[in-house]
Amino acid sequence: MKFAGKPWIFEDDDINTDVIFPGKHTYTPLTPEQMAEHAMEDYDPSFAKTARKGDIIVTGKNFGCGSSREQAVICLKYAGIDCIVAGSFARLFFRNSINSALPVVESQEAVDYVFENREKFASGEEKISVDFDSGTITILDRTFPFPPMDEQALEIFSAGGLVEYTRKKLEN
Amino acid sequence: MGHNLIQKILAKASGKEEVITGEIIFASPHRILTHDNSAAISKTYAKIVGNRQVWDPDRIFIALDHEVPPPHEKAATNHQVIRDFVKKRGIKHFYDGGTGICHQVLPEEGHVKPGTVIFGSDSHTTTHGSLGAAGIPIGRTEAASVWAIGKTWLKVPESMKITVNGSLREGITAKDVILAIIGKISASGASYMAVEYHGPVIDHMTIGGRMTICNMAAEMGAKAGMVPADNVTEEWLKSFNMEYEKVLPDSDAVYEHEVVLDVSDLEPQVARPHKVDNVVPVSQLPETQIDVALLGTCTNGRLEDLREAASVLKGHVTKSRLLVYPASRKVMQAASKEGLLDIFLEAGGQVAVPACGPCLGAYGGCLAPGETAVSTANRNFKGRMGCKTDTGIYLASPATVAASAVTGKIIKAEDLN
Repeated sequence: MKFAGKPWIFEDDDINTDVIFPGKHTYTPLTPEQMAEHAMEDYDPSFAKTARKGDIIVTGKNFGCGSSREQAVICLKYAGIDCIVAGSFARLFFRNSINSALPVVESQEAVDYVFENREKFASGEEKISVDFDSGTITILDRTFPFPPMDEQALEIFSAGGLVEYTRKKLEN
Repeated sequence: MGHNLIQKILAKASGKEEVITGEIIFASPHRILTHDNSAAISKTYAKIVGNRQVWDPDRIFIALDHEVPPPHEKAATNHQVIRDFVKKRGIKHFYDGGTGICHQVLPEEGHVKPGTVIFGSDSHTTTHGSLGAAGIPIGRTEAASVWAIGKTWLKVPESMKITVNGSLREGITAKDVILAIIGKISASGASYMAVEYHGPVIDHMTIGGRMTICNMAAEMGAKAGMVPADNVTEEWLKSFNMEYEKVLPDSDAVYEHEVVLDVSDLEPQVARPHKVDNVVPVSQLPETQIDVALLGTCTNGRLEDLREAASVLKGHVTKSRLLVYPASRKVMQAASKEGLLDIFLEAGGQVAVPACGPCLGAYGGCLAPGETAVSTANRNFKGRMGCKTDTGIYLASPATVAASAVTGKIIKAEDLN
């Protein structure tokens, strides 16, 4: 599993689920595509309109803290985000990402390097890549290792998400 | 080697003799809690199992609380889908709108059993650690999966022991204690951990106060926040005729992290916009005008919280708007009998149906651009109360919120003349 994409740089720590996906929409039945229209709207109003398939979010610590709302993961996935690299993830957001099969990686070092070099990414041409097979993130001239995904998480992920994983479990 | 509380509870819930930190287990809960999100979850559930019956209809708990009463057709339809699901699946423990906020109704109706796992697709499921259980939040899809197969995976977390020493000064309550703790530990300070609260201040705390501190364990990133069961727990559970095992941490239990604090000098605290760990004593705030005061929610919507606020509000009319959201119908009825609702109404308060309402901007009590609020809720993220251009939400205790409503600016209750 490999990804290469333009980094969306959200340099803050503690970006919470209320700004990723506002509370006022959480009980409205929306399709994933409709959820994507509200992605990050209280943090970066340009995101939903300009995010492209294959983009990679690069952000600080404790990304996704706050509510359990799964829409926070789904809206990003359907906005085109293929992978999120963060200093760290909040627990529930991490679980929801695995369950929705959205690849997530923690590496404060990689994230800091992107932040330090943000002007180099301003044109939108420069990409970063995340390789889950070799466990490396490649940013400009440097590579950053990351540990393999937990076995259990990997099982769910490989099944395509928790719905598929549970279905398989029930069939057996 | 001794085991701590989460290790013991997870061992029990996974049918194992013992578990170790870092191990992945499959835990079966005593209850799985969902609310207005049950409609969406039932659709995911259907995707997983089609028409199959749930694993155990008696262990499913649903309470409608987030958009109650439904403000528009979409929400009303949402509720209808849930009622249909409840009927079809024979779910006994369904509490329709008006019964109260899920995290208040669950313990009130005798569903929290010490020593067990309580799953909930709501981040404040941690509240149920107040009764010596492990209240563990999960996501919607996971809730559907638990409905189907009755369990889900958990990594046995590291534990943090928080010992609260000293004794609280007059007027200082559980909310001030937990805000001080979060300010010290930070919003990610207990990330992925199970938190255990110990110490004389906790021992003397009511179950309601313990609910407040366990509720807000979620704001430190914790997987669970628990107070080991004791006499206070036993007393509270007496009326339920519940059979339970008083699961306790061993005296030689190991904790990967320990925090000790003394709250003898603790002043009223406030969490400033826009983060829950942005905590300072109220006395350190510059003059801060407010437009709205919110009293209630799962964090501080219980009878003791309403009493705390009413004793401050009595005889006053508020300068700011005051919204009162009791956490449940039972709380509201008790408050009514004690004359507390009259105090809120005479103060000019807008007293509402027991529900979540303004806390998350889903329905009721939204802010307008440029407005400021002080609230007994548990989150103050930007735009939380429905308006992204609000100037900010300040979190505080019921007494601080009440005093601030009277003067129209954030003050300590003891400074109110």
